[in-house]
Amino acid sequence: MKRLLYELTESFRIAFAQIRANKMRSALTALGVIIGIVAVTLMGTAIRGIDTGFQNSLNMLGDDVLYVQKWPWGNVEDWWNYVGRPPIKPDQADKLNALIAQSPNSLLALAVPVAGRGTTAKFGENKVGNVMTFGTTADYSRIVNADFKEGRFFNDTEEVSGRPVCVLGFDIAEALFQGRSALEQQVFLNGHPYLVIGVLTKQGSFLGLFSFDNQAVVPLESFRKAFGTRRGSELRVKVTDKSRLEEAKEELVGAMRRVRAQLPGERDNFSVNEQGAIKAQLDPIKQGIAMAGLFITGLSLFVGAIGIMNITFVSVKERTKEIGTRKALGARRRTILLQFLIEAVAICLIGGLVGLSLTYGLVLAVGAAFPAFPVEFSVSLVFVSMAVSVVVGIVSGFAPAWGASRLDPVVALRYE
Amino acid sequence: MAPSLAPDLTGRATRPAGPLVIDIAGVTKLYKMGAETIHALCGVSVQIRRNEYLAVMGPSGSGKSTLMNMLGCLDTPTAGRYEFNGKNVAHMGDDELADIRNREIGFVFQTFNLLPRSTALANVELPLIYAGLPPAVRRERAAQTLHNVGLGDRMTHKPNELSGGQRQRVAVARALVNRPSIILADEPTGNLDSKTGVEIMALFEQLYEQGNTIIVVTHEEDIARHARRIVRLRDGLIESDGPAA
Repeated sequence: MKRLLYELTESFRIAFAQIRANKMRSALTALGVIIGIVAVTLMGTAIRGIDTGFQNSLNMLGDDVLYVQKWPWGNVEDWWNYVGRPPIKPDQADKLNALIAQSPNSLLALAVPVAGRGTTAKFGENKVGNVMTFGTTADYSRIVNADFKEGRFFNDTEEVSGRPVCVLGFDIAEALFQGRSALEQQVFLNGHPYLVIGVLTKQGSFLGLFSFDNQAVVPLESFRKAFGTRRGSELRVKVTDKSRLEEAKEELVGAMRRVRAQLPGERDNFSVNEQGAIKAQLDPIKQGIAMAGLFITGLSLFVGAIGIMNITFVSVKERTKEIGTRKALGARRRTILLQFLIEAVAICLIGGLVGLSLTYGLVLAVGAAFPAFPVEFSVSLVFVSMAVSVVVGIVSGFAPAWGASRLDPVVALRYE
Repeated sequence: MAPSLAPDLTGRATRPAGPLVIDIAGVTKLYKMGAETIHALCGVSVQIRRNEYLAVMGPSGSGKSTLMNMLGCLDTPTAGRYEFNGKNVAHMGDDELADIRNREIGFVFQTFNLLPRSTALANVELPLIYAGLPPAVRRERAAQTLHNVGLGDRMTHKPNELSGGQRQRVAVARALVNRPSIILADEPTGNLDSKTGVEIMALFEQLYEQGNTIIVVTHEEDIARHARRIVRLRDGLIESDGPAA
């Protein structure tokens, strides 16, 4: 055991002496690994960024909120089974809340009706299209996690009276008011005047998925007046315990069937959706991107590994006589094997460290230049890329090192 | 410190031979070169005792190198018996042989075979690393051995900063440092000018007198004459084995 330790120390000393003695060669070989590591780690940060982006967007939906809607999320093949479903009316939220209040151990906390439609927002000369305008109750603020940049959410009185007030997403406020305060200003949503009482903080969006940033929220009553609710709405139901989401879902289905007076045996004429369903749909896409990306960038690392293998072969060839001498002096196969493996690993580790620093710099630069682009540098990335470097070194150095360890000392000593 | 030595035929001091170190009996070695089989050794028997100073001589192709590789446990015989300090090494594996070489044999090569990027001290320490000795012990022993061969002031020099004779002294120190049973020198003066060669042979003489067992492989009569016993090989057979004239 002790002996192995001393041999390892010696191997490290020799490896670094060797790298120092062949600076140019080692640098060029390391360059292959550097490029590989930069490619793979950049891909890694991008994948993490995408992941975070998805997650942020999904978080907006709330992981403790169930959506009662006419359509299920995801692909529907048998659309004819859904198209005839009666609309989900806002007042069904009140009935649902009444049922929840009656059952003491309910896993459901609160149902909120939400009706929505796409609108155009206008302030003076400034215009923003594709604004998702939602009409809802004051309870809405209790089921979403949104922070206010300024102002507040509307209250019960404003909701019941249908006062035309609105809360704007960050991007809309930014586009309409360009840095000035939006509070107490009058904006027009599809030509209907609304008084801005609050602006949300920037949430950030990814691939145009769900984001507060391009939404406007108004009291349900005023939404009804301005846009009508004939096209139906949805109910958002907060659960008490998100670890028991499935049970809550079952309870909700039962309650909704009562609210909608469905007969036993009749198929549900509504769908209960949740964030997890979207996640399940997005995950394969995400994984596909990750696999393809890592495979392609992995190829560059593979090329780097070939470089390492090549240089280790050269190193073994050049030092055949030294191997013979070491064997004559009592080096075992293991000793020789470790010596060359460590040399290969050392070059890879140096390449990995340089590559990682480059990636870090690039990530900082990209983050500064394009704040919206989701890149993320993490500690685990450091460990993973170091581990990858070591593995690359071992894998690519193994064949030549193994060959070196098996050399016949007589032949090796005679080698010129 | 050395016991009184009896003079030999030439009037030089000869140490009394000790216990048997190397016992080779009927050893053959075959090499396949393409379709041809070469008989490098065809039944060689030799016994070497502690405190001997032996020269192995022979022209090229005589099997001299093969015998040396065999003696140095770098190679194993095709057939025959080889016992080193009573241990049968004829059928040992690579790593076992490596351990025998490390503990029992000190090699001195014609081309010195020092590690070019290591200091004299580090070169001499090398066998001790493979022996598994802790750094402090290694350092002290290596320094002491270098001092003994007259290089106490050259320990931090690298081989390219040393003269040929000094390099060979480093190599001798490296051979001695693990206190082996035999010193095996292959043409130790082959790459040195004659004056330096004489100095190295004087060093061997001194080592012999201090109680080391030395085997020198050479094709030069002048060098072989330093030994007390000469084994001559020809065509893979021992031609003669006797005291140096």
